[in-house]
Amino acid sequence: MNPRRQKRLMAVSAILLIVGGAIGLMLYALTQNIDLFYTPSEIIQGKDGKIPEVGQRLRIGGMVVPGTVKRDQQTLAVSFDLVDTGPTVTVSYQGILPDLFREGQGIVATGVLTKNNHIEAHEVLAKHDEEYMPPELAEKMKGIKHVKPDQASYGSSKAGE
Amino acid sequence: MLAELGNFALVLALMMGILLSIYPMWGAYKNHTKMMAMAKPLAIGMFVFTAFAYGCLTHGFITDDFSLTYVANTSNSTLPLYYKITAVWGGHEGSFLLWVLIFSMWTVAVALFSKAIPLKMVARVLSILGMVGIGFYLFMLLTSNPFDRLLPFFPIDGKDLNPLLQDFGMIIHPPMLYMGYVGFSVAFAFALAALISGQLDSTWARWSRPWTIAAWSFLTAGVALGSWWAYYELGWGGWWFWDPVENASFMPWLIGTALIHSLAVTEKRKVFKSWTVLLAISAFSLSLLGTFLVRSGVLVSVHSFASDPSRGLFILGLLVVIIGGSLGLYAYRAPQLKATGRYQLFSREVLLIGNNVFLTAATLVVLLGTLLPLVHKELGMGSISIGAPFFNQMFTYLIMPFVLFMGIGPLTRWKSQSPQALYKQLLLAFALSISAGVLINASFEQSSYMAAFGLVMSFWIIVATIMEIQQRIQPQLTSGKSTILQSLQKLTPSHWGMVFGHLGFAVTLIGIALVSAYNVERNVRMTIGDSVSLQGYEFVFKDVSNYTGPNYTADVGHVDVYQNSKKVAQLSAEKRFYPVQRNVMTEAGIDSGLTRDLFVALGEQLKNGDWSVRIYVKPFINWIWLGAFIMAFGGILSISDKRYRMTKMAKKPHTNKTPSPVLKEQVS
Repeated sequence: MNPRRQKRLMAVSAILLIVGGAIGLMLYALTQNIDLFYTPSEIIQGKDGKIPEVGQRLRIGGMVVPGTVKRDQQTLAVSFDLVDTGPTVTVSYQGILPDLFREGQGIVATGVLTKNNHIEAHEVLAKHDEEYMPPELAEKMKGIKHVKPDQASYGSSKAGE
Repeated sequence: MLAELGNFALVLALMMGILLSIYPMWGAYKNHTKMMAMAKPLAIGMFVFTAFAYGCLTHGFITDDFSLTYVANTSNSTLPLYYKITAVWGGHEGSFLLWVLIFSMWTVAVALFSKAIPLKMVARVLSILGMVGIGFYLFMLLTSNPFDRLLPFFPIDGKDLNPLLQDFGMIIHPPMLYMGYVGFSVAFAFALAALISGQLDSTWARWSRPWTIAAWSFLTAGVALGSWWAYYELGWGGWWFWDPVENASFMPWLIGTALIHSLAVTEKRKVFKSWTVLLAISAFSLSLLGTFLVRSGVLVSVHSFASDPSRGLFILGLLVVIIGGSLGLYAYRAPQLKATGRYQLFSREVLLIGNNVFLTAATLVVLLGTLLPLVHKELGMGSISIGAPFFNQMFTYLIMPFVLFMGIGPLTRWKSQSPQALYKQLLLAFALSISAGVLINASFEQSSYMAAFGLVMSFWIIVATIMEIQQRIQPQLTSGKSTILQSLQKLTPSHWGMVFGHLGFAVTLIGIALVSAYNVERNVRMTIGDSVSLQGYEFVFKDVSNYTGPNYTADVGHVDVYQNSKKVAQLSAEKRFYPVQRNVMTEAGIDSGLTRDLFVALGEQLKNGDWSVRIYVKPFINWIWLGAFIMAFGGILSISDKRYRMTKMAKKPHTNKTPSPVLKEQVS
């Protein structure tokens, strides 16, 4: 092998090494950061036959059950129940709820399962659009989705971006 | 009536696009000058008709023509006039009209400002832009026509513009971003035209460079504006969320950054040709992919437009045609893409390969993180989400070697660099950056290891950049021919462009490092009269008053901030209620400064009248956006370099024998 080719080989193998290392690191970081999505009934009854373990990080999406929002009198601690079509799951959260958090509204929370029906959330999301329902949730709740008559007539577009 | 004319103008623009994609290309093939010369008037025609259509839609907004579906959905009679004008791009259809308007502007700009480029090349480039245009115009006319009517029954008043978009940042963010996205279509067209012509020396790289850098500069500004808007408008105080739509704009930026560097190498050294063509194709494809993600509704995001399966399918089809076609052409021509330059293992070329490898890796990380949830779901494995920690972790790994290369790169020579010659300089730069980083970091109360690291990296770039300038002007200084100022003036604009680009990056990095490490956030429950102290600032919650805006009502919380018993800021944070959409919006009260932002946002009012309040102190956050604008400025500066307008050099690709001394000295 002539010296130039040798150098090229080195350069190429260095690149491959870096790329390989990067992919390895990436996959490792990925496995640490994937949050599975559940609905409240899937948390209780299991999803594909698997019930999430206590201590698992996950995302939950459901409707806030009216009348279940309880606030602490001194701090910002709050808890509420989420429901889809079956049993409810309680979510507790410490912090400020999003503007569109309302009873009866669909929300998504990310957190840790602390009991089989209780989640400590560190993030609660509600979209800035009152007709919004997280697509994951809409799919799960197909059939029970209620469309207000005044929304059905307009075109399909909504403001976005 | 005007709306129908607008619709008709769009159809005419489409026709112009179709002609543009055929005539000049055929002319270039047949060597028919008249046909090639058609390109310019056709491009102008396409632009004029699109602009007319845009004017018609704007007219519809100003006159509150709610018989137009789009106007009824995105405007309201109570909306202030300036928001009516900007509401034109407040929804899917209108923003796509803005997109094609900007597209036709780029096309016309290429037609008008390419006197230095041979007619054949311009004809091919414009033809390819015409083909891309056909896709865009068809998409708009078939799936998202902004001129659709709601007849005979139309609403008395509109559904109003999303309150989030009623804001100054939103007025300028989309046009800037689209300028960047669509601008990459020009880089794409140049690469493809070069592939078609088979003239694959490096001349096309020089012609393409100013256009690519311009698009990149706009994209840089656009992404920064989006981040700034999210910071003060969403009321969460964050500046980047790794939201799919943010990622969609970030991916073309990363690849675009790789592209402008790779183009420099291709132009100067005639290597990486093949890679540069691929990058040009990727940059535009990623822009389109971003469009697909945002407009098809496949992703969950704060941004996403309402979904309509036909739109998603159309863009997906367009994406397949464009990527497939261009890669097919690439595969056909790739064997001819031979590098003619040679370089050693330690040379600027190799360091720029490093730049490209890391930027591409970063793009792949973002792409994976954005698309994996989608793929996962489509494969029926359930919904997942990938959190911000994944991206943060990956970018922390990637940025270290990237910054290392970024400092060394400009100091090295093309072809070959002896490590001994650089050794002392680098050691000095390293020592300087470590001491600067550590010293500055020590001035913060609880010093953080990550912040120190970020600062050292930033100073490494700054010190190396200054050294590079010094190295460049040294010969003139020692020969005593000119003073420091004179020799600085002799540096070319494109060199200054690189300097500003790199310094801007360092400034952004400083901002990111400091705000990530020393940002203090507190969510508290406050009654009127309460005070909270944070980072030496005393926040006093004075009162809450009511305010009525043009189309909303608001609770305004007044918070005074004291430092050492001296009042430093008066913040008013609003909680707005927009009755038309029954939407609640948070307007944060921010006192902006060079070294820190004080940020207050109202949460909800609790049952006993208390308010939940977010109080943040964000050190150096403005540096993030300041740095981005310095980068964009660097880009503009480098376009102003007059060598891009030199007809002679463009017509006659200079041979390797006698590279002019000027070119040899220039950097990127």
